[in-house]
Amino acid sequence: MSIVVELDNVHKSFGTNTVLKGVSFAVPKGQVVAIIGQSGSGKSTALRCIDRLEIIDDGQIHVCGHQVHGADVDLRALRTDVGIVFQSYNLFPHLTVEQNVMLAPRAVKKRTKAEAAEISNRVLRQVGLLEKAQSYPEQLSGGQQQRVAIARSLAMEPKVMLFDEVTSALDPKLTGEVLRVIEALAADGMTMVLVTHEMEFAAKVADIVIFMHQGKVWETGPGSMLRDPRTPELKEFLAYGL
Amino acid sequence: MISSGFNINHLYFLLNGALWTLCLSLIAFIGGGVAGGVVALCRISPVAPIRWLAYVYVQIIQGTPLLVLLFVSYFGLSIAGLTLSGLVAASISMVIYVSAYLGEIWRGCIQSVARTQWEAAECLALTRAQRLRLVILPQAVRIATPPTVGFMVQIVKNTSLASIVGFVELVRAGQLINNSIFQPFLIYLLIAGIYFAMCYPLSAWSRKLEGRLQYKMRPQPNT
Repeated sequence: MSIVVELDNVHKSFGTNTVLKGVSFAVPKGQVVAIIGQSGSGKSTALRCIDRLEIIDDGQIHVCGHQVHGADVDLRALRTDVGIVFQSYNLFPHLTVEQNVMLAPRAVKKRTKAEAAEISNRVLRQVGLLEKAQSYPEQLSGGQQQRVAIARSLAMEPKVMLFDEVTSALDPKLTGEVLRVIEALAADGMTMVLVTHEMEFAAKVADIVIFMHQGKVWETGPGSMLRDPRTPELKEFLAYGL
Repeated sequence: MISSGFNINHLYFLLNGALWTLCLSLIAFIGGGVAGGVVALCRISPVAPIRWLAYVYVQIIQGTPLLVLLFVSYFGLSIAGLTLSGLVAASISMVIYVSAYLGEIWRGCIQSVARTQWEAAECLALTRAQRLRLVILPQAVRIATPPTVGFMVQIVKNTSLASIVGFVELVRAGQLINNSIFQPFLIYLLIAGIYFAMCYPLSAWSRKLEGRLQYKMRPQPNT
């Protein structure tokens, strides 16, 4: 099975605060990796490093053949291969849903308007929001906005999708509708890395669960690991988390 | 203008001056707007020396009275061998003055667009120019509209300084009339009224735009 994302002994500090202390893990093609852990454990930072939103101090990151740690990495090529969805959606408020989705295919991939509209129809149907194509983001619920953000990423046909606590700002009902979209993507064979606080979801959907603690990969295993933790730290985390 | 009282010819002369005030304002706004756009972009440039140059330019202009700018371009340049008409000298100084202020206002507006918007655009593989043009500037323009319109009021009023270099705009026209009929109270009140008639609609428009902005632009939740 080919490896899509690989972190090797990654270190990252912000000033005097060391956030990642030698993080290593690999994401095989078509698999779903869930990163869990307390706030401040470095899980979001690790995710952001994959898309080079943070530049690492030491170690190596390989993503779809890109040497992400290298100074000469082709950032636009990297970001064409990697899709990322944020907790705060970050939709473009001055554009309609459809324009949000069509923007990058047109500007980056030089698709014609008709081609981009076709892509937009496909991905919006995928997230169940085709009827909202002409709405503005502010007219949508948080869950709908997040699904549009996922569609916007999908429109670039990424090889791997990153999700950074995408349901943390949503109530349980809206969380459910976003998770169903992610689950459907997993079923389609999309390679995904998700930082999440949804333990049940991680246990159900993830092929690999990574528990991060104090800037390190503390424990890793299949989804069932969450029902049978080995380290006392994960045990404690789950006691609070579930 | 030898007649003893204020007459229709005087009024016509005043309105003609008002027209030149509008004309100079327009030149200042358009020229200063173009230059101010360049200044704003330089102020947020990823290249440090360009950022610094723009910063120094803005600081120098903002730290200098417009009147002195006028004297430099009118008297200073004439000694240097460049004889400029009042209109040209006034236009040059106004454009420089406006470019520094609008540049700074617009820089603030560009930077008030949430950083996460830059990030989201970056993650979609847009180039820096595309991020700016397609994502940031359209949002910044909406934020910038009320303060820009508000600043236009300042421009209109500040054109009165051009009277000092002999450019016959509204104030200078009034001075000339007053020199012949000596009715300062009437004339300067009239001038004040005409300025108010030009500026008030701009202020009202600016306020209206602000109201609309607050309704339209709901800030996005940030992490």
